[in-house]
Amino acid sequence: MKLLKLVPDNTNIHFLKWRLPFYIGSLLLMAASLGLVFTKGLNLGVDFVGGQMIRVTFERSAEAPVADLREEVTKLGYGEPIIQRYGKPNEISIRMKLPSGADHDPALSDKMARTITADIKGHYADARIDGIDSVSGKVSKELGWDAFQALGLAALAVAAYIWLRFEWQFGIGALFSLVHDVTLTLGMFALTQMEFDLNIVAALLTLIGYSLNDTIVVYDRVRENLKKYRKMPLPELLDLSVNETLARTIVTSLSMLITLVALLAFGPEVIFGFTAAITLGIFVGTYSSIYMAAPILIWLKVNPKSFVPTETALEKQERLARDGA
Amino acid sequence: MLDFPRWKVLMLWGVTILVALASLPSLFSVSGLNWPAALPSPKINLGLDLAGGSHILLEADPSQVRQQRLEGMDESVRNKLKTTDATIRISDISNNNGSLTFLVDDVTKVDAVREAILPLTSGAGLTGQRDWNIQVVDGNRFVLTPTQEGIDQAVTQAMDTAVEVVRKRIDGLGTKEPTILRQGAQRIVVQVPGLQDPQQLKNLLGQTAKLEFKLVDQSALPSDVARGIAPVGSQIVPYADPKMGAPIAVKRLGGIRGDELTNAQTGNNSQTNEPVVSITFNTEGGAKFAKLTTQNVGKPFAIILDGKVLSAPNINEPILGGSAQISGHFTTESAGQLAIALRSGALPVDLKVVEERTVGPDLGADSIRKGVIAMTVGTLALVVFIIATYGRFGVYACIALVMNMLMILGVMATIGATLTLPGIAGFVLTIGAAVDANVLINERIREERHRGRRVVAAVETGYKEASRAIFDANVTNVIAAVLMAGFGTGPIKGFAVVLIIGIVTSVYTSMWLTRMWVAQWLRRARPSDLNL
Repeated sequence: MKLLKLVPDNTNIHFLKWRLPFYIGSLLLMAASLGLVFTKGLNLGVDFVGGQMIRVTFERSAEAPVADLREEVTKLGYGEPIIQRYGKPNEISIRMKLPSGADHDPALSDKMARTITADIKGHYADARIDGIDSVSGKVSKELGWDAFQALGLAALAVAAYIWLRFEWQFGIGALFSLVHDVTLTLGMFALTQMEFDLNIVAALLTLIGYSLNDTIVVYDRVRENLKKYRKMPLPELLDLSVNETLARTIVTSLSMLITLVALLAFGPEVIFGFTAAITLGIFVGTYSSIYMAAPILIWLKVNPKSFVPTETALEKQERLARDGA
Repeated sequence: MLDFPRWKVLMLWGVTILVALASLPSLFSVSGLNWPAALPSPKINLGLDLAGGSHILLEADPSQVRQQRLEGMDESVRNKLKTTDATIRISDISNNNGSLTFLVDDVTKVDAVREAILPLTSGAGLTGQRDWNIQVVDGNRFVLTPTQEGIDQAVTQAMDTAVEVVRKRIDGLGTKEPTILRQGAQRIVVQVPGLQDPQQLKNLLGQTAKLEFKLVDQSALPSDVARGIAPVGSQIVPYADPKMGAPIAVKRLGGIRGDELTNAQTGNNSQTNEPVVSITFNTEGGAKFAKLTTQNVGKPFAIILDGKVLSAPNINEPILGGSAQISGHFTTESAGQLAIALRSGALPVDLKVVEERTVGPDLGADSIRKGVIAMTVGTLALVVFIIATYGRFGVYACIALVMNMLMILGVMATIGATLTLPGIAGFVLTIGAAVDANVLINERIREERHRGRRVVAAVETGYKEASRAIFDANVTNVIAAVLMAGFGTGPIKGFAVVLIIGIVTSVYTSMWLTRMWVAQWLRRARPSDLNL
């Protein structure tokens, strides 16, 4: 049987020749992402800003009557709703701010939910209420802070682990490529205005874990080659390492993509944003492990000596004693 | 490296089969088959986002506990001094500004008072702190301030009681399988699978159900009461239903609390046919109630629930039977709720709903169905891809993959983990990620063959060299997943649990199982070349 070979043997692509333009390009993309996040903002769900979200499916309609619905809900006097589709065209979420005073008297937000759902059911016979989320301002602030902490801690913890297992330059490289991946993903959320909720934070954490997979595989090979080819110039050595691991990078990324595409196409609509975030992360993560994580080692001046055991104080004493004697 | 003695083979297979078997009951139930009842049936719990149901986060207000402690201390000090030494007179008592203060009229009695009230305080916390600070200022003014340790301890106790009360109340509703958990210092999470309309539940939990019987202060001037001014020793209480009348003044002391009950049931008033709640006191409560009603025949007393007057009837005759009827413009539903609430006892603190999530049953069922489809399609496509790429080694990787999936389900069922919607995604993702280990190994073997190593040496080196990167990569994933489990709530925690289990089982199946199969094949077939 002839086996499928996506990457020919012994490739010798000079990935790092283009490191500077790619780096500048990536930095620009990161800046653009941050710019988008700050100007356009993330479409934060009720998890992070508080409020009420009602999910409705219009079972016998091809498309949800969004404009009509917006008008209908606005008439109820609770302010203008944010109505958004998720997944199929007949599945929508309605987001509302909680009525003022609801933090002290939860009955107010209850009343709002009842009024809105009753109104929708009254007007649209095929409307099915799929869920109601009410999150108070206080809780949403805590959820936001928890999410921020989790992301920050995760990035620092994995970077620290890599520092421990490799060298400090590798830790910084991994941290930088993580920041790169997360920033670009956030940029995508700002650009598409897909809802950003707690699930997306889970996606970002997953992304941190998996985008590191690639980085670690490349780094592991760099470490091995550094010990093997003491005299090879670093850019050449990095190119060699990336080329040697290229087949694995492609096959693994494809494997992940196959399952993710299956999830995007056939999986539950409710987690579409979540899957989309991870899918994008796989692309960005593969790219960043080659173009972000590797070249930074050149600038941080990694050299073969990094992995030669250094003399401890005790050993030095012994050597001096030996020499003296 | 490639040496697998018989006991090792048996052990690896044993563990795999045992764990994978545990997934069967869950698989049976998803595909609609019946799992024989005679066999043990560990099953994966479905999270609320899949099963449908309600999630409610309740929060207590600790400042209320502080005030309650002050009021409690107020009463204890008065009683204690009354019983210790009848000649002690105190005045100017106040518990309004965060501490309890009073004057001892006779300065020579200050030490006696201190001695008397000292036993009312107790140790709190580990540092030898007491729960109250007692100070004497200006010679004869006592200031009793609750310490933070004391408050914390009281809040903890109150929350423990609150969890119990919440549980009793939910059980009273006849709801099945609720999850009730303390979260942090001041919160309680209530999860009820399958509950579609949490309104009734929330009404029930939002009620403190502190029932009091207090005498109406008839000396109060209606004009003062209207302006919110109560005579000394009285307080103004509004009606629960403002239509029943203007707020009235009731005496602070001398009433009785409605927590000494043995039963509470709904019924109908024989004359008005209005729903009422009949309560039965326990012996002690009945005696107190009899005394109160005997001493105050002809006077009105107020029935107060959670600080609101339900009704203020006249005491026509002493009530000695130890039971009473509460009316207050109830509906059948609200009367039923009050009865449950009174039966399960009062909440020691008010609980407020700060987060609520309800999921309909259709959405979850739909998600499971789609998740299963996505998983099947994804797995099949992946199997084709991997076998096309790695041939025999790909077949091993794919069998390992299926074992891995069964083992994840098996472990989840055994530890009673909860599968959530993101958890399904985590599951599918784990499948994609799990093959990474085999990809790394197989690519490395390919490489070693190119470098001219012999078959067995290439396989050995492949497993050995790849394992380092596999280990490092999995550790970082575990770090991320553990943080997710620590910080995340419900669904995300479910996702993290699946990831962690998946990482462990995938290392087992993709490194150990495949190595065993490859080793057995090498020994059996002794190939001189690898088709890889």
